[in-house]
Amino acid sequence: MQSLGRIYAMVLRYVYLVRRSWPRLLEMIYWPAVQLILWGFISRFFETNSTWVAQASGVLMAAVLLWDVLFRAHLGVSLAFFEEMYSRNLGHLFVSPLRVQELAGALLTISLLRTLIGIGGAALLAIPLYDFSIFGLGLPLLGFFANLLVMGWAIGLLVSGLVLRYGLGAESFAWVSIFAIAPISGIYYPVSVLPEWLQAVAWCLPSSHVFEGMRAVMFEHVFRGDLMWQAAGLNVIYLLMGAGAFLLAFNSARTHGLLLRVGE
Amino acid sequence: MKHSPAVSVREVSKYYDQVRAVDTVSFEIESGAICALLGGNGAGKTTLLSMLLGLLLPTCGELSILGTDMRRHRYQVLHRINFSSPYVDLPQRLTVRENLLVYGRLYGMKHLGQRLAELAGQLAITEFLDRAYGSLSAGQKTRVSLAKALLNRPAVLLLDEPTASLDPDTAASIRQLLREYQRDTGATLLMATHNMLEVERLCDDVIMLRAGKVVDRGSPDWLLQRYGRDTLEDVFIDVARDTGRVGNGGVG
Repeated sequence: MQSLGRIYAMVLRYVYLVRRSWPRLLEMIYWPAVQLILWGFISRFFETNSTWVAQASGVLMAAVLLWDVLFRAHLGVSLAFFEEMYSRNLGHLFVSPLRVQELAGALLTISLLRTLIGIGGAALLAIPLYDFSIFGLGLPLLGFFANLLVMGWAIGLLVSGLVLRYGLGAESFAWVSIFAIAPISGIYYPVSVLPEWLQAVAWCLPSSHVFEGMRAVMFEHVFRGDLMWQAAGLNVIYLLMGAGAFLLAFNSARTHGLLLRVGE
Repeated sequence: MKHSPAVSVREVSKYYDQVRAVDTVSFEIESGAICALLGGNGAGKTTLLSMLLGLLLPTCGELSILGTDMRRHRYQVLHRINFSSPYVDLPQRLTVRENLLVYGRLYGMKHLGQRLAELAGQLAITEFLDRAYGSLSAGQKTRVSLAKALLNRPAVLLLDEPTASLDPDTAASIRQLLREYQRDTGATLLMATHNMLEVERLCDDVIMLRAGKVVDRGSPDWLLQRYGRDTLEDVFIDVARDTGRVGNGGVG
C-alpha cells in the first residue's frame, strides 16, 4: 500500500506539472490529431485510387492511430523521466523512500494516461471527420492497444536508462529509437513487402505482429490469435529487457555518482 | 550499555579511476550530535554525504545510519532520514506547496496539511507557498529545501551548506531553527559547509577533511586550542594548505 502511495505521489507530481502548463496539455492532443487529419485525407484519396485500401476503408487511419499508441506510450515514459532530469530533482527523489521500481511504475502510469488522452482524442475526432471509428475493430483493439502500449513502455524505459547513464545529451535516443523501428513494423504495408532478410528482423518486433493482426481483422475479418500471442510473448522479453536496462543504469549511476550530477 | 552511533563510516573509500575522492575514512557520530564536515573544495565532503545517503556506492567500506547498512538496506531507514542541498533542485514549475505535498506523500506523512503549515510558519515561507519554485530567489529556495528536509521529522538530517545564499539575519534564524529542532527531537545533524561562523555557532563536533582523508576531529573550541588560532577560518586554512602547524596531526 505504501508503494502505491509513492507511485500516486509521482503521478500527482506530473498532474501538477501538466495542469500548470497548457502547452504540455495541448501537445498531448495536438500531434495525434494532426497525424489523424493528414492520414484521413490520404485515406480518402487512396480509397478511390487504390484497390488495396478500398478493400478496407480506414486501414490507414487505424494504422496511424495504433502507431501513435506505441509512439505516445514510449514518449510518455521518456519525457516524464526527462522532466525529473531537467529539474535536477533525482537526488531528492532517491533520498526519499521512493524505490526505483516505483518510479518506473509511476512513469508507466503517466504514459498510460498520456496515451489515453492523446489517442482517445484523435480516435473520437475521426468519427465526425472521416466517419471512421477505430472502436469498430472490436475486442481485438484491446489486445492491439495493450501490446503496443507495453512495447512503448519497454523502449521508454530503455531510453530513460540510457539518458540516466549518459546524460541529457543522449535524449535524441528517444526519437532515434522509435523512428528506427517504424519502417520495419509494417505499419502501412504488409511485412511481406520487406526484403526477406529484413522480414526476419521485423518478426522480432511485437509491433509487426500487431499491424499484421490489424490488417487481418480489417481485410479478412479474421482475428489472428497466433499473432497476438507472439506479440505478447515478445513483449514480455522486451519489457524485461527495458526494465533491466533501467535498473542497470540506475545502479551504474549510483556507482559513478550521476544522481547528483544530472544534466547535459 | 553502549548506544549504537547514529552514523557510522568504516574504512570507506571512493575511487574514480585513479582519483581517490574519499580515502579510507572512518568515523562515528553519536546520536543527537550536530557535526560538521569541514574541508576545502574537493576534500570529499559531498562525496561522503552522497555515500551516506546511498546516492553513491563506495568502492569499499561500510556505511550505516541508525544501525542500517546504507549499501544494502537503505530503504529500511530512508523514511527516517532527509537531506537538503542548494545543488539539488525541486521541480521548478510546481508551486512550493505542490512540491511539499508530493514529498510529503513520498515520505508517507499523515496530517500533511498541518505539518506543511507548521513548517511554513517556522521557515517563513507562507507568503510564497503558492508561487512556482522556479520563481523564487536563491535564499527562498534554500528555505523551501529545508522545509522539504524537515517534512518527515528526520532522525538523521544531512545538510549540504544549509544556509547558502541566505542573508545573515535569515541564516541566524535558520541556525536557531535547526538547533531547536535538534533539541526537541534529539535528531542527529551532519552538515557539509564552508561557513565557519555556522560551525562555531551550531556544531559541537567537527570532522576536518583534506584530499579525501580525515585529518582532524574535535569540538570547535578544542580545534582552536589545538591549532593555536583565534578563528576556525584560520584552522580551516591551516588544514586546507597543510601548513603543518599541528606537529602531532591526525585524528584527535
